[in-house]
Amino acid sequence: MSTIGAGDRPIEVLLVEDSPGDVRLTQEAFRDANRAIHLHVATDGVEAMAFLKKEGAHADAPRPDLILLDLNLPKMDGREVLAHIKGDSALNLIPIVILTTSNSEADIVKSYQLRANCYLSKPVQLDEFESLVRSINDFWLTKAKLPHAQVG
Amino acid sequence: MQAIGGYGLQIEVLLVEDNPGDARLTQEAFREANASIRMHVACDGVEAMAFLRHEGEHFHAPRPDLILLDLNMPKMDGREVLALIKADDSLKLIPTVILTTSDSAADIAHSYELQANCYLNKPVQLAEFETLVKSINDFWLTKVRLPQRLPT
Repeated sequence: MSTIGAGDRPIEVLLVEDSPGDVRLTQEAFRDANRAIHLHVATDGVEAMAFLKKEGAHADAPRPDLILLDLNLPKMDGREVLAHIKGDSALNLIPIVILTTSNSEADIVKSYQLRANCYLSKPVQLDEFESLVRSINDFWLTKAKLPHAQVG
Repeated sequence: MQAIGGYGLQIEVLLVEDNPGDARLTQEAFREANASIRMHVACDGVEAMAFLRHEGEHFHAPRPDLILLDLNMPKMDGREVLALIKADDSLKLIPTVILTTSDSAADIAHSYELQANCYLNKPVQLAEFETLVKSINDFWLTKVRLPQRLPT
């Protein structure tokens, strides 16, 4: 079983987030939570899709085990990215966690309609955010069984 | 955290599990993890669908906030239940977590294909199982924003 986290390969996580401050805090929190995580960052939806489709500068991008997706992004927003991923049979098994400051019931419902695997509200307080990151690590990257990365 | 508790209501969880021993252990572990959970048990897929559709004796069944679904069950198995839930507009937003002893890569991939929100392997050791239940409670019933229950 090449279960992720078993130590045989790093855990590849794609973070799609446009705020540099939030990117930095998320990177630091994951580094504290789990050393085996490679966190890749796309700062808008267009770059996220290029990463996932290994286009241009992302020709050698790994297939992520998990995607953390903000909703409000420049160029192509998170809802559109989510719809693209879940409409693409080469990508649609990758679990997608919405991680956003939006608390709106409409965004929550819409995200589940678009087949987000789950929806998380980003807390404003730093210690709560770090606790949330630990929970994501504990649940998705330790307990949950993720589909195996396909070769190619 | 007011994700679900914010309603001041109980958290309704539907456990679909044919093994009475496992159902009992799961109920006890959740009771310890979170006293506001009300766990309903369906012992096969047919009963699960009757519960979700308020049929027969389940006329007054609440809409679950979360479904924990075993895969291998009599009458109608978990894969079929999952496909029916995710094809039904009135049910598909309910997060459905696969909780099974199967560790097979085929079952994992197939469950994500059928739009399971996540896949968990039931550990054989009781202590590990209790830890897993705490993680489910911490993540899905505390951190995750679930779609709000529609008035019935």
